Amino acid sequence: MTVPKRIGKIKFGLISPQEFRKMSVVKIITADTYDDDGFPIEMGLMDPRLGVIDPGLRCRSCGGRPGECPGHFGHIDLIAPVIHVGFAKIIRKALRGACRECSRLMLLDKEKEMYLQQIRTLERLGQLSDEIVNKVFAEARKHKICPYCGAPQQEIKFERPLSYIEEGHKLTPSDIRDRFEKIPDDDIIIMGMNPATARPEWMILTVLPVPPVTMRPSITLESGQRSEDDLTHKLVDIIRINQRFQENREAGAPQLIIEDLWELLQYHVTTFLDNTVSGVPPARHRSGRPLKTLSQRLKGKEGRFRGSLSGKRVNFSARTVISPDPNLSINEVGVPLEVAMELSVPIVINARNKEAIKVFVRRGPDRHPGVNYVTRADQRRIKITSKNSEEIAEQIDAGWKIDRQLTDGDTVLFNRQPSLHRMSIMAHRVKVMPYKTFRLNPAVCPPYNADFDGDEMNLHVPQTEEARAEAEILMRVQENILSPRFGGPIIGGIHDYVTGSFLLTHGYKPIDREDVMELLKKFPPNEMPEPKGYLEDGEPYWIGKQVFSTVLPKGLNLTFKADFCLNCESCKHEECENDAFVIIRDGQLLKGTIDAEAVGAFKGKITDRVIKEYSPSVASEFLDRMTLLALRGIMYAGFSFGIDDEDIPTDAADQIDETTRTAKENVQRLIEAYKAGELEPLPGRTLDETLEMRIMQTLGKARDNAGQIAGRYLGLDNSGVVMAVSGARGSMLNLTQMAACVGQQSVRGERIRRGYAGRTLPHFRRGDMGAEAHGFVESSYKDGLSPTEFFFHAIGGREGLVDTAIRTSQSGYLQRRLVNALQDLEVKYDGTVQETRGMIVQFKYGEDGVDASRRDYASPDNVKRIIQKILKHGGAKS
Amino acid sequence: MKLSTEEVIERVSILDIPQALKDALVAGLTGQEMTEAQLQEIMDQVVSDYGHSRVEPCEAVGVVAAQSIGEPGTQMTMRTFHYAGVAEINVTLGLPRLIEIVDARKIPSTPTMTLRLAEGYAHDRDLAREVAWAIESTSLLHLGSLATDLAEMNVIIELNSDAMTQRKITAEEVAERLREETGLSVDQRSNTLVMAPEESSYRELLQLVEKIKKISLKGIEGIKRVVIRKEGDEYILYTEGSSLRKVMQFDGVDPTRTKTNNINEIGEVLGIEAARNAIINEATDTLREQGLTVDVRHIMLVADIMTVDGEVKQIGRHGVSGEKASVLARAAFEVTVNHILDAAVRGDVDDLKGVTENVIVGQPIQLGTGDVKLIAKR
Repeated sequence: MTVPKRIGKIKFGLISPQEFRKMSVVKIITADTYDDDGFPIEMGLMDPRLGVIDPGLRCRSCGGRPGECPGHFGHIDLIAPVIHVGFAKIIRKALRGACRECSRLMLLDKEKEMYLQQIRTLERLGQLSDEIVNKVFAEARKHKICPYCGAPQQEIKFERPLSYIEEGHKLTPSDIRDRFEKIPDDDIIIMGMNPATARPEWMILTVLPVPPVTMRPSITLESGQRSEDDLTHKLVDIIRINQRFQENREAGAPQLIIEDLWELLQYHVTTFLDNTVSGVPPARHRSGRPLKTLSQRLKGKEGRFRGSLSGKRVNFSARTVISPDPNLSINEVGVPLEVAMELSVPIVINARNKEAIKVFVRRGPDRHPGVNYVTRADQRRIKITSKNSEEIAEQIDAGWKIDRQLTDGDTVLFNRQPSLHRMSIMAHRVKVMPYKTFRLNPAVCPPYNADFDGDEMNLHVPQTEEARAEAEILMRVQENILSPRFGGPIIGGIHDYVTGSFLLTHGYKPIDREDVMELLKKFPPNEMPEPKGYLEDGEPYWIGKQVFSTVLPKGLNLTFKADFCLNCESCKHEECENDAFVIIRDGQLLKGTIDAEAVGAFKGKITDRVIKEYSPSVASEFLDRMTLLALRGIMYAGFSFGIDDEDIPTDAADQIDETTRTAKENVQRLIEAYKAGELEPLPGRTLDETLEMRIMQTLGKARDNAGQIAGRYLGLDNSGVVMAVSGARGSMLNLTQMAACVGQQSVRGERIRRGYAGRTLPHFRRGDMGAEAHGFVESSYKDGLSPTEFFFHAIGGREGLVDTAIRTSQSGYLQRRLVNALQDLEVKYDGTVQETRGMIVQFKYGEDGVDASRRDYASPDNVKRIIQKILKHGGAKS
Repeated sequence: MKLSTEEVIERVSILDIPQALKDALVAGLTGQEMTEAQLQEIMDQVVSDYGHSRVEPCEAVGVVAAQSIGEPGTQMTMRTFHYAGVAEINVTLGLPRLIEIVDARKIPSTPTMTLRLAEGYAHDRDLAREVAWAIESTSLLHLGSLATDLAEMNVIIELNSDAMTQRKITAEEVAERLREETGLSVDQRSNTLVMAPEESSYRELLQLVEKIKKISLKGIEGIKRVVIRKEGDEYILYTEGSSLRKVMQFDGVDPTRTKTNNINEIGEVLGIEAARNAIINEATDTLREQGLTVDVRHIMLVADIMTVDGEVKQIGRHGVSGEKASVLARAAFEVTVNHILDAAVRGDVDDLKGVTENVIVGQPIQLGTGDVKLIAKR
């Protein structure tokens, strides 16, 4: 067994000109790229020694083909040194800190010794020495006379972008380089540099590296014209100026021209390194687009670091639209046949599976489940076609590898972006299906935060046994039912699952044998439950609670209040007349109604208990059967919601009109009181604020009252109420708005005030403070809104949209920062939490060492349960 | 047999479980009729369940914590709401407040304090009100009105005697304070004060008005408003503005039960452990107010990483992330180019121990299953 090689460490440093010349494969002297025949010109920017990009050619340096050859650096000898922009600030500090005559760091020996010690200590602790180094420079700068040679120092002014001015003269890069060359090694260390890997004079360039062609490939347009990369363009500029500079200097041109050319060379090198330096106009393409040079390639979200290095592209993945399929298990994912035939799982052939694999290979790539590729023992890959499949099937032997198409039961990873938590990627079992969408059980929507309005999801196929094992043990859906965020289930019934369970289990309606059979059709129990009783004609009947009990595991005991519990002042517990007090004994639902509190996602008391008392597999099976039964239940009861479900009787409508009218009158009265100066301000508020608050209160109450009136006429026979009350979808507020009154529209928590001078719309008088003039919507959605109401509603609605848009970006950035700050933390074997340097962040994780998703086992409640269980069951096990 | 509380405590104390569980055992077992075997079984079961609940070694708890706090962020509101109840102090809540906490801002956007009063003051409405007025910073506008006389080029301050008695300050004291702060002479005629700027110009006059409006005559500077609320049978003061150090020394204030929402201030006044607790409390409150449940352990981890160094550090570029050991990890977060240039000059070495570094070079990360070093023996 081979141990994979690891990169141990990466060292950073500056490259010296000597070293650079050594590693360069060619000195570039001409600015031309290709000759007329389309061949690269020697010693030009596309020199064949720099690597190959054209297919069919070989690299002159390493002999590799395109794709194999990583490319090789060349170099340009700069006629005069130029400053590297990135180091402008450090150069400035070093210039000010070093003596202008003897180049020594202007600190006393004992100070140097002290700072050296501090830097060493920080280094040992693995911390950054920035602060100390800054202090060193600040101290050194204070010396007006060099303590070593006694030379008086001059103030060095720095002018953006790259001028260092001493006594009114600009220091040329050569001057600076000369000074830096003389700085002794010991001083360099105190300046926060490492003389072995980074001498200060190397921050001034004399040799410019020419990146290999592989990182600046030219592309051939349809017209046959070649289009060069931005970097190549920039290099062309640099070489041209370099040549002109040389010619002028050799011809003995006047100092002024030389300086201009030097400046120009500096400009081109600067923009080659970074095209967004402030004070330097960005170099532009002929079309006017700023060039993307070296820094731009690394920076930002799509840059090299975040875009290419931290975010990698993978094979063996698929993406398509998702749609629901309640007949799938929560552990499954429906994969379209087309996708399954493209993705594959590698299988190594051995003596035992050889015959079975022959069958696969023989099927070829066009008949599912076939084989797409075969890898021979000598690592040659052969594509299987319908023509060669028979032939290859006969050749295969132990040690070969096949790429078998995805089939039922394979483990795959399923993911939906944004991947906000670890449950955004879970392992599912494949179920190959017709049509073109991925399908999943709607019960797993909550962890992915998926819906089916066009969402797409990704699927990845693990390619090694290790990856598969990890996926199956740690990432399967059933292992992720409990969220580590709060230790409760985040997988569970949503929408119709909740409605279905509610309709099935609410009340004590008799269900006859045939209907019970129909309900249990999908997972027939071994025997029918005992009938609840017998009808007058002697036929046995059952109730929904009994039917639901068939999905509960044996021995489950649970008591809790359902979601639609009205929170009566004194709870009657078992005697609850709303059937909202759930009692489960030994896996039998005795009393109460199953709703979101019992099986819903995020709440799911039953799911929670089952997974903690039994196991994830039992819980997953429970969820599978519960979802199937719930759908049978909703179908058995019949369920629909239409426009007429928002109808309320006329006298209710009249009452609602009455309440809104009185509310408006009250508002008017408040305004009058305000104008008459009779309004008492609330403590700490101005009179205006008080008025606004009182009006908001009045109108808010009016909406609530309207809702209550409507609610009186909408009972459990209304599907909207069933959904709201069971926690399946929507709320009573939504129903109120649809049936009774939409209510006050607001912007930033206040009534709508903006618009024209003194009024919101020209429809109102100036200074009108009444309800209608500031966005109170009296109508219901069903009645329809008046034009002014509609406009105010749109204002309020827009605020909501803007809010969501801002929030997603803000919370996304918060999440990125949090993850970045915490990602390296790990619980060690001794229970401490440490980061990469070994710094201990917590001595015991969470102060008690308990995993958040299993915190229930370490809760006082659990202790109580244990005591109860053991003491109730009489004697201990002996 | 039946065991007394002391006996149970004695039996339970040797178990290797958190105190909360021991307490639960004591509470549940005291005075219960049971056999020795049952007691043993209960204790065994509790210990075994606790063992089952322990975090597994190599667990990437950091990422889990970050996700657990970041994920509910999408569900939070952006608005600043009033403090529970009507007509009180505005407090930043929701996502902006959470961001503020992890940003470790020097001053939060809405600093507030919650003051509980010392024994003797807490249940007396009048005493509580007196403390409130003593703390609240009083400016001239609280006591009367200001007028500028352009003809005479002076400022005329009319003081209201009711307001002054309420706030326990006299016209003489006001005049004295104004003299102290401005260095100008104040002409006092009973409740009317007259001041003139040094130079008799229109600009100077207006500047003087602005200046004396801001002067805090009495109370603690920066505390703009104090609101009294009765919670239970106790009067509690809520303040707008924060000045923990001064308030804690105030007569009538119980310093042990007084807090501010300014985490840095807590860090300065009470030390880093208090700051850590403040982060935990503030973050928990913010999340709970939004109806989101997040396990404390996650919040603790965030608070701990922010405070390990002994000072409150931000989560982000200028704090935790910016001080990481790895060059590549820092470069991959923000300000990519500068980090690389600095690393080159310093001659840094990246040990490739963290997550991002290993992702960048394309090898398994050293966390979770990647941290288990087992090599199969042939």
